[in-house]
Parts: sequence; structure tokens; C-alpha cells
Amino acid sequence: MADGARIIGREQLARLVEVLAARGYAVMAPTVRGGAVVLDEVHGVDELPWDVGDVQEPGSYRLTERGDGAVFGQAAAVKAIKPVLFPPDELIWRGHRSGTQFSVTDREGQPQRPVAFLGVRSCDLRALAQHDRVLADRAFPDTRYLRRREGVFLAAVTCADPADACFCTSMGGGPHPEEGYDLALTELVDPHRFVVEIGTELGAQVLAEVGSEAAAPEDLAAVRDQIASATERMTRSMDTDGLRDLLYASAESPVWDEVGNRCLTCMNCTMVCPTCFCTTVEDVSSLGSADAERRRVWDSCFSEEFAHIHGGSLRTEAKSRYRQWLTHKLGAWQDQFDALGCVGCGRCITWCPVGIDLTAEVAKLRAAAPLSVGGAR
Amino acid sequence: MFDESLKSSALPKLAVWKFASCDGCQLSLLNCEEELLTVAGAVSIAYFPEATRGVVEGPYDVSLVEGSVTSPEEIERIGQIREMSKTLVTLGACATSGGIQALRNFADVAEFRSIVYAHPEYLSTLARSTPISAHVSVDFELRGCPIDKGQLLEVLAALVESRRPRIPTYSVCAECKRRGNVCVMVANGTPCLGPVTQAGCGALCPTYERGCYGCFGPQNTPNTAALSDQLVAAGMPPEVAMRVYRTFNAAAEPFRRESERQERAVAVAGKGAGR
Repeated sequence: MADGARIIGREQLARLVEVLAARGYAVMAPTVRGGAVVLDEVHGVDELPWDVGDVQEPGSYRLTERGDGAVFGQAAAVKAIKPVLFPPDELIWRGHRSGTQFSVTDREGQPQRPVAFLGVRSCDLRALAQHDRVLADRAFPDTRYLRRREGVFLAAVTCADPADACFCTSMGGGPHPEEGYDLALTELVDPHRFVVEIGTELGAQVLAEVGSEAAAPEDLAAVRDQIASATERMTRSMDTDGLRDLLYASAESPVWDEVGNRCLTCMNCTMVCPTCFCTTVEDVSSLGSADAERRRVWDSCFSEEFAHIHGGSLRTEAKSRYRQWLTHKLGAWQDQFDALGCVGCGRCITWCPVGIDLTAEVAKLRAAAPLSVGGAR
Repeated sequence: MFDESLKSSALPKLAVWKFASCDGCQLSLLNCEEELLTVAGAVSIAYFPEATRGVVEGPYDVSLVEGSVTSPEEIERIGQIREMSKTLVTLGACATSGGIQALRNFADVAEFRSIVYAHPEYLSTLARSTPISAHVSVDFELRGCPIDKGQLLEVLAALVESRRPRIPTYSVCAECKRRGNVCVMVANGTPCLGPVTQAGCGALCPTYERGCYGCFGPQNTPNTAALSDQLVAAGMPPEVAMRVYRTFNAAAEPFRRESERQERAVAVAGKGAGR
């Protein structure tokens, strides 16, 4: 934990939202929509999920009343950073035909206000780092992503109450945001206050406008206790040792047949995954119009059409699509981007309508694999 | 409005045909309202009794066919329509899977007939309601009960522009999540056929926190068995798990197979209880 941590109260949390809005940000924070906590634009702290908790298990999500008044007392929100910086459907260009001529009339789409995220978790920051790597830090960066990404303000929070679906600790993360934030808050409830760590100069400036006090050693001790307690309660895990080789050696494993029988190929997992980045490009023209658009739309390896090449789809069966997804996420991603594609947020486990759990599937693959790649049993 | 610069001298001749159906799908064409002048600018409406008494004789470039085949006369008529149509597109659940009237496929039509009609001998009806594709070759099937007018316009645009229609065959979940909806099944325990149903409606029901009824029929690789197992495990009685598939697309093969699997489960459970 960084030196120089500060303390703010509930009034300053409200002030933080006001300061960010006054600086021109759209403030995206946890709020309840459609029976779940999502990150969406808020205009005041009243819209935050005070005293709301969540139970996230394979294929099931329920809101609860916490009883302790905490505002950030939930695990990963179903929608967080991804749909904001990497929208599900975006314009690449718009063009107009006149006679035999064709001209591009719009390459920009709708201008967007810079976004301040309040209440994102360590897993969200680590997923964002993956998207930065995949979309921005390459020879041909995604300019639209970069433009939205550059103006972002990040106020993260420590995940005090991880869900049953969470397993970030085994993916190299943990409940406490370690890097990549402007401010990092840890919520303490007795009395209700927030310990704030400053990550950037911008974060320091924003906090100075909000007003804060120096944190006492007891506050810092309470933060450490919270991190330790949250880490301890995260019981789900994935053994990542030799994972890439395990997956490559398991291409013909019978485990895929079994999971393929349960998989709905509905794409929910890839849509809620904060690192999945596959898209398709659609050319859109409408009847009787001389205007056309090229749009980029989220796609998924669980769609048959995704693997359609000349002559048909390469992956007609559910098992081959699940295998593709898991092998890329946990194996080929390492070759491609030198990292694991999974941050352990548990969203794909919670939001799979039939509750398929990738940590269980990896364990089954390991158990079914030859000793040379399966490792210790 | 139709862009005049795109106007071609010979507009494709369009005909709209009705078989056993409620008229809702062809009504979707009239419901285009704002786009109707555009449609009229892009095609020549040659035969469309619901809209006009004027009839231009065939052959036709495009025939839109609504409804299922339920009588011997209809088998003959669809053959004639196919012969005079360059492109034949079927519209809606009736035309693409047999419709709600395909519930007769699971029962005894003669029995219905004797109960409902005073003089059943005057009726000439088939034992099964079948999609148009069971009788003639179909160039494109547009799903839905009713069809989505945006998709209808897209198919017409594709035909006029000689390109492939941009009609996805994956699940409702894809468009539901792109739209930013929270999954009603996971978050509320609401039974939802979205995972096994083809996209196209814009995830209309889940957007209003209702479960999907499957009115666009099965997606291209539906795992109905896994979804039913989950619904039953979550407390849905098997007879209900059977009925959720017996609606507008009851005779679509994956839905028929699944409802019959559930029907067998009900029968087995019934025997067990009787012992």
C-alpha cells in the first residue's frame, strides 16, 4: 500500500462525483439496473448501490441487502469498462454514393465526453491493461479505442466482498488495485469512511479539490485486514502452472465432448468477458438510400458464422467452439500477448445460463491429461 | 424516401402471397409506414391483395410468402407460385416452420374436426401443418412471429442490390448483451428461450425484463436439451418445459425434438407416480 494515503467520508464521496462531473467527465459508477449492479452513468451518489450486496454463483446472480450500509459491497459488476471503451456496435465510416462516385462523409461518429470510472475493481483494471495491450500497444492501434482510453479517469475500489464466482488471486491479481488507477479507494464501514490511495498527479489534483485528511495507521491496518480477509474468502481457483501446454496437449481430450453437451453456444460468456475483443465488420446499406455505413460489432467464437470460411464453418460443434475459446484465452493468448487472457473476475461463470465454470473445466482437463502436462494431481 | 439517383428503369416485380396464417407478417410490410414510399420506389408492387385490388400478372421477380401449408389446395397453389417466381422468400413462423397451427402435428386432426365443426365432411384439411420449404425450394427464410420490419426491409434491400441479406442466425443473447441488457435468466431466474432462439427481434422481450418466447425459432446451433435441463433443475415442471417449445415454432425440428423429449419425461414420471 502506498504512503500518503488519505481519508474521505461519505460527503467527500459525493463531492468526488461532483468534482469529476464539473471537470467534464461522464461519471460511470456502480448502480442497480435490471436486477443487477452495472457500471452506468450516474449524476450523484444517491444512484450508487448503498447497502446492496450480491451473490454470484455459477449461472445465478442475486442482489442482497448487506445490512452494513456499504456502497461498494459487491463483486464484479456485469458491465464495467469494456462496453464503454470498446462499444458493442460502432461506426467505422459512413459514405455516400453519387453516380459512379463514392465519398466517405464521416469517419468519427458521435464525439464522446471523457469518462471517469468510479468503483471499478482490480480485475477491471487488469482487464483494461489487457485491452490496452491488444487494442492499443500494437503496430496498428485501434484509434477509436485510443481516443476514448486517453481521456479516462480511474477511481478504483478494493473488492471487500468477493463472490463465489471470483478467482482473481489465482490469476495473478487480488482484491486490492495495485496499479493503473488515478485513485484507489478502500471502503471501511465502522465508522463509514474511504481510505484513498493516490496513483497519479491527476488523481492528486482531483482529491485536492474534493478535500481529504491524512489516514491514520489504524486506517491502513484496517485496509490490510480487509485485503487479507477478502483474499482468504476467495476459495475458487485455477491452477495456471503450465496451462498453455496443458491446453495444447488436450486438443483431443474427452472433456470437450462433455462441456460441449452443456454449452448453449449463446455467447453470453464472451459478451460479459472483460478481455474478449473479437469483432466482425458489417457493411450496412438501406433500401433506396445512397448512404452506406461500415460498422464494427462485437462477435464471438461461439457463433458458427465466426469460423465461416470458404466452404463452410470450421467449428460446427459446440465443443470445438468452447475449446477454441478456452485454448485462446488461457493458452494461445500467452503466445500472442505474453499474458493470460483471463483475469479471474468470474463473470463468465456467473452469467453462463447453464453455469459452466471454466476453473472446473481446466481442472478436468488437467485430471484427464498425460502426466507430462497435467502436473501434480 | 427513395433516393432518385438510384432509380432504375425496370423495378423488380413484387408479389405477396398468403397461406395459413394470421396476416401479421404481410401486415409488417404495410406497417413500414415511413419506409413505404421507399419500398414503392424500389420495387413494383404487382400483387398484394391486402394493400391493393390492382393485379399485375406474373411472372414475378420476388414473391413474399406468408403462412403454412394446411390443405391439399395449398400444396398445388404453392407449386404454381414457385413456378412464376424468380426469388421466393418466406415470411414468419408459419411459413418457415408451420406456425402455431402446427400444434395439430402433435394431435389427431380428425378428432378436432369432429368436435369443432357441425359438418366436418365439408372440410378438406391436412393432418399436418408444414412450412413452405417442405413443398418447394425457398430462396430465403425470414423468421419471427411476426417478422421484424427492419429485417424485412433489409431482405428487400439485399434483393434489390443483389447482395446477401445481413440476417444473423446466432442466438438472441448476442443482441441482448450488445444492447446492454442484464440476463433475465441469471439475474431473476426468469425462464428465457434466448439462448436457443435466433436473433432478429433486437431482444425485445428481455429488454423489458421478460423471458424470450422463441418466436424467431431455433438459432443455428441450439442446445435445447441443455437449456431444458437447466430450466427443470431450476424448478420448471417437465410439462411446462415441454410447452415452452410448443408455440409459434413448435414444429421447427430442434423445438419439436425437445418438446417430445420432455413429453417422454412427463410420461415416465407419470408411470412412476402411478406405481
